[in-house]
Amino acid sequence: MATDTHRAIEAVWRIESPRLIAGLTRLVRDVGMAEELAQDALVAALEQWPAEGVPRNPGAWLMTTAKRRAIDQIRRNETYRRKVEEVGRDLEESTPDIGAMVAEDDGIGDDLLRLVFVACHPVLSTEARTALTLRLFGGLTTDEIARAFLVPETTVAQRIVRAKKTLANARVPFEVPQGEELAARLSSVLEVVYLIFNEGYSATAGDDWMRPALCEDALRLGRILARLAPREPEVHGLVALMEIQASRTGARTGPGGEPILLADQNRARWDQLLIRRGLTALERAEAVLDARPGPYVLQAAIAACHARARRFEDTDWARIARLYEQLAATRPSPVVELNRAVALSMAFGPAAGLALLDQLLAFPALQSYHLLPSVRGDLLTKLDRYAEARVEFERAASLTRNERERALLLDRAAACSSRGLKPGAA
Amino acid sequence: MRFMVITKATAESEAGVLPATEDFETAGKFIEELVDAGVLLAAEGISPSGDGARIYFDGEKTTVVDGPFTETKELVAGFFLVEMKSLEECVEWFKRYPFARLGAGEPTNVEIRRVFQAEDFGENFTPEQQAAVEDRERRAKAAGNS
Repeated sequence: MATDTHRAIEAVWRIESPRLIAGLTRLVRDVGMAEELAQDALVAALEQWPAEGVPRNPGAWLMTTAKRRAIDQIRRNETYRRKVEEVGRDLEESTPDIGAMVAEDDGIGDDLLRLVFVACHPVLSTEARTALTLRLFGGLTTDEIARAFLVPETTVAQRIVRAKKTLANARVPFEVPQGEELAARLSSVLEVVYLIFNEGYSATAGDDWMRPALCEDALRLGRILARLAPREPEVHGLVALMEIQASRTGARTGPGGEPILLADQNRARWDQLLIRRGLTALERAEAVLDARPGPYVLQAAIAACHARARRFEDTDWARIARLYEQLAATRPSPVVELNRAVALSMAFGPAAGLALLDQLLAFPALQSYHLLPSVRGDLLTKLDRYAEARVEFERAASLTRNERERALLLDRAAACSSRGLKPGAA
Repeated sequence: MRFMVITKATAESEAGVLPATEDFETAGKFIEELVDAGVLLAAEGISPSGDGARIYFDGEKTTVVDGPFTETKELVAGFFLVEMKSLEECVEWFKRYPFARLGAGEPTNVEIRRVFQAEDFGENFTPEQQAAVEDRERRAKAAGNS
């Protein structure tokens, strides 16, 4: 019986903690203190609920308990402040009217949004932002976060403690930034959510059940963000991107856990519900778009092209190539260029892709990137230039750090040799 | 984890009494909360069984019986599709569904069931079967387009 109540409390905590912490942060203006107050309320629940039963409105119970403690603390600080003033020193901060602060109970959505911006503040390292966001929004324990990121629990605990201290010292205001700052800060928020998603999505490291669950957490975070900031196209773009990528989860690995490439995936295993949600989110992004689409909207549009194609052969490669071109203009990166080259070759033939790849050879960042020679080799094979292709595959094999991939590339190189020797094949 | 939360029919819903404006308001607020929390994937209501039919199978024989059907409490009146961390979380969420304030106060229940996803089928679902599903979908799509 007691364990049942404990499981119920855990579930209530997951549902209620983000709003609880957000509301308390508004009250005490300190994320660390707000989380401690919320945790105290949780402890009180763990003490009382097993005996008295879970209250009808557990969220309100937790909030009332936590607020009472918050007010006690503010009063204590107030007394302290008066004492300090008596001695003749002044404190720069004035404590606002407690009654007004507690009464001001609406605008919970705003509180949550403010909390996201605080948790993802640039004064924190990316790791700290990620851990804090998962802790405050996902309701995850330090132990769960540690397992998800394959790091020791003490590391995560320290990161969170330090993050809260940093926020308090930097006196980060509890507000949603405005104007130009909003765009800059929003991209930090989106980056954190996408990072959490990718941590779960790029799976295959270990059989830990937490990793796919991270995708769900990130998706949930993204959907919450989209509700909180409906006028921001990039938020919808990120949600669309994540929904569509998540729709492929069931098709991305074989029975032995081996990765299956997009071209070879069984599209019947793609989750059509998530695809529909993704396409809807993309439409929303496009509806509120007032300037050129940002990187998440563009990546979502590319993902949507794949999602719409029931067969690999149906893929609209010309559109994908155009989208990569836009993406390259918005956020130039050699990897984007490489993808663009692949799309070009699929849409307009291997020669078109090869022309772009040859320009990429100049990028120093790509000198040791095994996919460049690998893709070149592939295109050269399609053009029947086997001798050159072999050299590329061998070079790619020497650059990759993955044994399975190396074997595959060497096989392809060997196949080029035999094709090249055939009379009339050159 | 994905769960389907099945809501059951009541004498009223089977009689085709549609929810009152306040009921939409009450239920709407709860659904809004699910959306805000990012957990709702779909939600639908189902019209009375009088609009439906059942097909009975007995060996080779099939019999079609038109609705309405008895055992109101066993009938499905709607469903939610939600994504939750655990069954417990789903239970905690739906304990808040404002049933008491909806309808005529008739006792009812919701049933929570986990939804299988592609990865749950494991190796019993062979690659050949996967290919067959894919092929069927392709043909169904082609038929839909023509």
